[in-house]
Parts: sequence; C-alpha cells; structure tokens
Amino acid sequence: MKKINGLLNFLAIVSITFIMTVVLSDSANSAGKYKHPESQEWGFNGLFGKFDKSSIRRGLQVYLEVCSSCHGLDQVAYRNLKDIGLNIEEIKEIAEQFEVMDGPDNEGEMFAREARPSDKFVAPFANEKAARVSNNGAMPPDLSLITKSRHGGADYIYALLTGYKDEAPDGVEMGEGMNFNPYFVGQQIAMSQPLYEDSVEYPDGTKATVSQMSWDLVNFLHWTAEPEMEQRRSLGWKVVLFLLVLTGLLYAVKRQVWSKEH
Amino acid sequence: MSANKSNKSSTGRGLVNWIDSRLPVFSYMQKEYGEYPAPKNFNYWWNFGAILTFMLVLMIFTGIFLSMQYTPHVDFAFDSVERIMRDVNYGWLLRYLHANGATFFFIAVYIHIFRGLYYGSYKNPRELLWIFGVLILVLMMATAFMGYVLPWGQMSFWGATVITNLFSAIPLVGDSIVTWLWGGFAVENPTLNRFFSLHFLLPFVILGVVVLHVITLHVSGSNNPLGIDPKGPQDTLPFHPYYTAKDSFGLALWVTIFAAFVFFAPNFFGEPENYIKADPLQTPAQIVPEWYFLPYFAILRSIDFDIWFIDAKLGGVIAMFGSIILLFLVPWLDRSKVRSARFRPIYKWFFWILLLDCLLLGFVGGHPPSDHVFKGIEWLLFIDLGHIGTAWYFFHFLILLPLLGTVEKTKPLPTSITESVLNGDTSSSASAKSGGSM
Repeated sequence: MKKINGLLNFLAIVSITFIMTVVLSDSANSAGKYKHPESQEWGFNGLFGKFDKSSIRRGLQVYLEVCSSCHGLDQVAYRNLKDIGLNIEEIKEIAEQFEVMDGPDNEGEMFAREARPSDKFVAPFANEKAARVSNNGAMPPDLSLITKSRHGGADYIYALLTGYKDEAPDGVEMGEGMNFNPYFVGQQIAMSQPLYEDSVEYPDGTKATVSQMSWDLVNFLHWTAEPEMEQRRSLGWKVVLFLLVLTGLLYAVKRQVWSKEH
Repeated sequence: MSANKSNKSSTGRGLVNWIDSRLPVFSYMQKEYGEYPAPKNFNYWWNFGAILTFMLVLMIFTGIFLSMQYTPHVDFAFDSVERIMRDVNYGWLLRYLHANGATFFFIAVYIHIFRGLYYGSYKNPRELLWIFGVLILVLMMATAFMGYVLPWGQMSFWGATVITNLFSAIPLVGDSIVTWLWGGFAVENPTLNRFFSLHFLLPFVILGVVVLHVITLHVSGSNNPLGIDPKGPQDTLPFHPYYTAKDSFGLALWVTIFAAFVFFAPNFFGEPENYIKADPLQTPAQIVPEWYFLPYFAILRSIDFDIWFIDAKLGGVIAMFGSIILLFLVPWLDRSKVRSARFRPIYKWFFWILLLDCLLLGFVGGHPPSDHVFKGIEWLLFIDLGHIGTAWYFFHFLILLPLLGTVEKTKPLPTSITESVLNGDTSSSASAKSGGSM
C-alpha cells in the first residue's frame, strides 16, 4: 500500500511539473501580453518621499496574517521592526510566535526554540521542495526585495494584488490551478487572490478593503526592500548641496586663475 | 643629516629635499603635474583624464571595503551583499558608489574615447598612448563583467553563462576552453571564486596600464582641440595652477551628478532581476548585459547568418571581439595627416554618424532581436537595425577612415595655437563655450 502511495505521489509530482512546464513555456510565448501597472501616489515617491510608518505597520500585520503562510522574508530580522516604530516588547511578541532550530546544545542535540528579535523572519517552508509541493509546484518568491526585483516596482505589486479577476476573459485558456491576473507576465499566476475584504482586522479602525490592505502591504514591502531609503535621501541632500557649493567655488577659482589668460 | 645641508635645494624644505635627493618623487610631481606644459586651448572635453583617474581610485577604495564584507560562495554571495546593504555601517553607500561608479566610469571612458576620435588624439606620435588606452578599455570590460557576476543575482548568473559560453564557438578547443574558464561543467562555485579573485586583481593591472598611458602622454605631450603641435612656451600653460583649477571644477561637477544618482536613483542603471537570487533552473525572460555592453551585445547578435565556413555563432563572436580589436588599429586605419575634425569637413560628419551608430547599437542590444521596433510597422525588427548598425560600424573603420585620408580636402590649419586664439577662431571659441556648459 505504501509503495503504491509513493508511486502515486511520484506520478502526481511528475504530472504537475509537466503541466507547469507547459504553462511556463506558454506564458513565455505570450510574454508580451500583460497590462502595465498604473502609477500610484506613494508617500515614498520623489526626492523628498518618506516612509508612511503607520501604513507600514498595518502592512506588517497583513504580511504576518496572510502572506507569511507561503512567502518568506529572508533578509529582514525581527529587530529591524524597531525602525518602523515597534518597541522591543512588541517585537518579542511577534518573534515568539515562530520557532527556529538551534543547537547543538551541550548534549550535542539540536533543539527548537522561540525566535528572538535577533533572528531573521522565519520562513514558512523548510526548503524549496517543501514550498513547491505545498503550492501546486510553484515557488512562492521571498518578499524581502520584491518591489526592487520587479519591473514596475511598488506600482506593479499593488496592481497585481488588486488586479485579480474572478474569470478569465473569453479566449484565454487557463492552466490547471492557475489564476487570471492581467498584470502578471502571461496573465496566469499560480498564486490565488490572497486578499479579500476584511482579510485582517486593523486595530486602528482602518477599514480593511482589498485596496487598503494592498496599499499597506506594498508600503511595508518597499520598506523591507530599501530600509536605508530615508537615511540615503537625507544624506544625499547634504552631499549634493555641499558639492554644488564646492563646484561653484571651484568655478570661481578657475575663473580667477585663468583671468590673465582670457 | 649633514648631507642635506650640502644638497642644493629646489623645493627648499629640509625633509622634502632629503627625500627628493634620494627618491625624486617631488621633483617628478613638480615636473609632470606642476610645470607640465599643456596646450593653452584645452576645452572641457579634456577634463575626462582627471575624472577617470578619480573614478578608478574611487572604485578601488570602495571595492576594497566591500570585499571585507563580501563572501564569494554561491550559497552566501547574494545574502552577503544584502547584509552589506542592511547591516554594515554605510554599506549601502559603499555598494551604491561602487555599482554606479562602474556606470559613471564607463560614461567617462566612452566620452574620453570619442574625444580622442574627434580630435585625432591617436595619430603620430600618440599611437602607443592610444593603444594603452584601448587596453585599459578592454581590461575595464573584463573587470566590470566579472564584478557584475559577484552579487550572484539572476542576471549575474545568466550573464556569466551566456558570455562564457561564447568561447565554445571557437573551433575544436571551444568546449575545453569553456570548461577551463568555469573550473567545472557549469557556472558554479569555482567560477564565482575565480571571478572574485580576478575582479580584485584586474583593477591594479588597470592602474599599471594607466601609469603607462600617462607616461606616454607626458612624453608626446597632450593633443589639443586644434590638433596642431605647440610651437613654443607661448602656446602652453603650466599644468598647475591652470589645469588643476579647471580639472577640479569639472571633476566637482561630475561628482555632483554622480552623487545625485547614487543617493536618489541608485538602481536607475540596474536590472531589477538581479535582486533575485541566482537560480540555474530558471532562465529569465530576457538576458541583458549592463548598459555599457549593449552595443557589443547587439553586434554579437547581429551576425545571425553563416559566412562561408564560419557559422553564425562564431561569426558573432568574431564580430564582437573584432569591434574592439579594430580600435587598436585606428592610428593606422586613419590615413589623414590632419588630426582635429575641426579641419576635416567630411570626417566631422562621419564622426557624429559613428556616435549615433553606437547609440543605435546600444538601443538594439537592449531589445530582443525579433521584436518590432515600432508597433504597427511589420517590416522593421530590431535585428534589421542591428544588421545596419553593425555593417556601418565596420564600414566606418575599415573603409571610410582609410578612404577619407586620401579623398578628403581638409581646411587650412592655423599656424599656431596662439594665433588661432588671438584671431578669435570662431569654431574654437564656440566649442569652448558649449564645452563649458556641460
């Protein structure tokens, strides 16, 4: 009986892989067919843009309650949440919900313990194979750098999250287990619509519409992608202004030095 | 201690004098960067020597500090770069300076090269100076390519795979060479290791060739916008303070623009896909090199036909490497005795066409060859533009340059730099102004 189960599992994995290959090669063929994301008025846009900390904290909640069941956040540590305004107690409270393997201890045994603020966000799956087998063969990408690693950046992620359609338009042949989303390359995405009205309940009373949650989540993910952004811009202004003054002074020096020659 | 009293002092101070009489670094600096007689009519296009020196030093310094935190292993490289971005103090600044530094290094070097092409800076007696310059370009390209592999993102990995695979086009030994380059049978950890090692080594080789480049420059003396030799001291100015002042201003302006990108658009020249960890099982939809390689990439892909016994792949590789090797021969391909394009009415036009052609090739290199250039125009594909651009590139160097040397009627040269400046030569003052506004 066990052997037959194993065989069935094997066949299932092979056929899923086969379907995925067909779907992927199809999507590669129709790679040109997707909608470009509309640009949004993000708080972090422009030369003076800042992070919207309260939105980022709501986005953290959306990530923890919805996304984190499939998507990792490998590059971010719980301690980093201090930067978006959480205090150490709140950070510990979040970290403690997760378990990490540690060790070996003095007996040489590995042991599980609660995560600490110094740990990186605990990944939902032990490895890529585990992630794929739980997700119909698809690999949910790590989200740490998602807004930086996609063309269209934050606008694209927002459009993708809010762009799901219940049914594919006529003439679009959907792969098995795939979902229609006009913004995704090839318009077929393995991830089913993740956010629905009131998927989370915000403690600050903000109404959890799909667009609100998507907005907050993208703000959060943009912070995880470029946590240095505010520091970079504020230092940037000082450096550029200093250089402009220096350039002006050096131009005056040059004029002075050359005055006899012109 | 008593010895230095008897020494005749040119610089005066005791310790400086003591060292200088044993190792004449100070008198060397005084001679080569203080008194060095530079033509008095340089325009702002002559700033790029100083700018390039600055960029090389910046790249070496940021690179050394980055290497202290980077781990050249396929399992850790990507994460170690992200650790630099997040946990190393000002690591993000180091990395963005280094990554954008490569871009600005190449912008500067391309301007410098086209400056040389316009004003004929490669001609007798500056052939060797030019050859060292092209050698620096080749070394820079190798260094930049290997540096781009180090973050071990998707484009790093697939770029490395595509480019190293080019060598498999070499008949008979191609596959063995590729295996040798990789240190295995795929782009893997040994490949990353050796690329890191070479990426660390080559900048110092570049530094050495830069020294040769500058020595040859100081033997032959600098070219100038008129392309005629200085007739005497009245045509030149001491490098310091005249050109140290002018270079400082130009450099400060350059660094300001550079800083604006580093701080406000650090990923403008980057490919988003390189923020995805390398995955040998997942080919990106489109593999594109960094922008500064796009023209060569376009030439590589434009040879999509067999030429006699040379198949398309080998043909593309030959054309791509040939497009660079051709630059070594420019001093002998250009038969004209007149250096500056100001006095070459026909060459001047073809210079600008060549510049546009290189920009066109860069544009082509960034798009899949089978894509339509314009929506709705069925008959124009990027590969067609690639064919035209590639053909023109080789036509320019191999046919036009030698031909122009014999058929072009050049304008009369001014008798001296001073005369041209005093007579208010309109062309030189006009271009000096336009140079000043950049």
